[in-house]
Amino acid sequence: MLEKSLKGSRGYWIWIIFLLIVAAIGFFFYLRQLDYGLGITGMSRDVSWGLYIAQFTFLVGIAASAVMLVLPYYLHDYKAFGKITVLGEFLAVAAVIMCVLFVFVDLGQPSRVMNVLLHPSPTSILFWDMIVLSGYLLINIFTGWIILTCNRKEIPPPGWVKPLIYLSIPWAISIHTVTAFIYAGLPGRSFWLTAIMAPRFLASAFASGPALLIIFCLILKRYGHFDAGVKAIQSLSKIVAYALAASIFFVLVELFTAFYSQIPEHTQHFLYLFTGLEGHTKLVSWMWTSAVLAFAALGMLIIPSIRRNDGWLAVACVFVFVSLWIEKGLGLVVTGFIPSPLEAITEYVPTGTEIAITLGVWAIGFMILTILYKIFIAVHDEKESP
Amino acid sequence: MTTNRREFLKIAGVSTLSLIAPAIVCPAWAKEKIIPVSNFPEALSPSKALTAKRWAMAIDASKCPADCVDCIAACHATHNVPNFGNPKDEVKWIWKEKFAAAFPNESHSYLGKSLQQLQLPVLCNQCANPPCVRVCPTKATFQRQDGIVMMDYHRCIGCRLCMAACPYGARSMNYRDPRPFIARINPDYPTRTKGVVEKCNFCQERLAKGLGPACVLACKEKALVFGDMENPQSEIRLLLEKRFNLLRRASLGTKPQIYYIV
Repeated sequence: MLEKSLKGSRGYWIWIIFLLIVAAIGFFFYLRQLDYGLGITGMSRDVSWGLYIAQFTFLVGIAASAVMLVLPYYLHDYKAFGKITVLGEFLAVAAVIMCVLFVFVDLGQPSRVMNVLLHPSPTSILFWDMIVLSGYLLINIFTGWIILTCNRKEIPPPGWVKPLIYLSIPWAISIHTVTAFIYAGLPGRSFWLTAIMAPRFLASAFASGPALLIIFCLILKRYGHFDAGVKAIQSLSKIVAYALAASIFFVLVELFTAFYSQIPEHTQHFLYLFTGLEGHTKLVSWMWTSAVLAFAALGMLIIPSIRRNDGWLAVACVFVFVSLWIEKGLGLVVTGFIPSPLEAITEYVPTGTEIAITLGVWAIGFMILTILYKIFIAVHDEKESP
Repeated sequence: MTTNRREFLKIAGVSTLSLIAPAIVCPAWAKEKIIPVSNFPEALSPSKALTAKRWAMAIDASKCPADCVDCIAACHATHNVPNFGNPKDEVKWIWKEKFAAAFPNESHSYLGKSLQQLQLPVLCNQCANPPCVRVCPTKATFQRQDGIVMMDYHRCIGCRLCMAACPYGARSMNYRDPRPFIARINPDYPTRTKGVVEKCNFCQERLAKGLGPACVLACKEKALVFGDMENPQSEIRLLLEKRFNLLRRASLGTKPQIYYIV
């Protein structure tokens, strides 16, 4: 089926070439980072994780969100999602590959990455994260590809795929839970040391992932003559609305605990996010943007007449995606380090090199996604007009 | 003997495979450099080595002059710690902090001038229950029988999870190649490569040769006392029994082994 990705319109090729260029630029800057070391990024002794790990954390959520299609379709026989579960699985594949790449570019000694397998350490959450992420990648490649092949041949999927699909449901929950545990189990980082981290991660994942999928479905409807169906898109938008509400609720719960208890160790990080600390305000405007977008999107998704309008729905979904990308992809990781355990405030700003590498990884992810979606559309077209 | 084309290709194919196979199964970059046992300092002179059940240090803050950096200079020279000249890339094993920074939970406005103005030496706490060891995905950081938390610079992949896990900010990443920034290289201790994390190692390489930690010997005021916490007759135990002392962030359960007499 791969050959189907080689035949496309002019727009398709322009898009692929554009992504290739962005990826090549990223690769060039990665070579510079390899040569100089991670000092070429904005990361420092105090803020030792930045944009890369933030993207990783956010994208694990996007990957996990495929379960929001798989679960209703396979456990509740919700037929409207039948057409698009493969789109969810392919999105998961692209997202997990981006996650792996972001961890890889964050390593100080990437040539030693196999040490994680050569010297397995079961007490390390990062070790488990590697296991669940690679497992999830395999499950989604297999199920997505096999189901698409069967669709093409118009035969029912083989019996052994079902158990794999059922397995993918708890597995999706596990990847984001384990990723949350990387943060939530560290003594002395009070911003992350909260039991609600994993539920919060899952809620924001189930909002941002399906929001992205809605955007893709609307794009495919317009440019790929593939209609996911009003029912599927509307159901997805309700999932986004509920998950976003849960996500906002979880953040408010955190704010209550911090500010009602008034324990400085807990309040100072949130103060840094929303008001700035001792004149350090680099994240404040970002966080307020995130908050405003989240509430605006929630309002838009709750009102049925707005939700049912494709244009407004797309706007709301972009709001959700951007809001949660800021909250989880920027605020959550960096703020854990500010202030430091020694109460020093060191701010973090990514460098141009770091941003170029980040965009490069995103370009690779989008390229994989474009190719997979292109194959999906080609198979679909083939069936429509034999 | 004549070989036909088919036979020749078969033999050629098998020979090629046999050449490639070992490289595929064990790629060069996954191989660890194996250090012969005899190279370990412990093996050189086991009789002379200083040993203990649990190494620990006491720091008498009142004896520590605010502007003195002897311990820092000695440590950093001994261990080839680079000086990048900027706080972003900084590598440090031992340095000085205000009381409020070292003990944020014990600090308040009316603590008394003398305490507030103290400049305390801070270093890796050599925790008995170290979070950095727990989180390391490659066991590059590990704990010895005598409690010393060590780094294997050749195994570290530079993921920096240990830096996030350390509640004392004791770990440094080599964000750049450190070698050009070492004033004078001490041949008795390895230099590091870029992309690995490092920290105080309680001078294990000196202990193995029967020498005390460099910082302890460098302190003219005898403010640093090093010894075995599990020996009730040791100098450090007798000292701590007499004097009021604090542990940094004891509530976190990491069981630090640097005791501050204040």
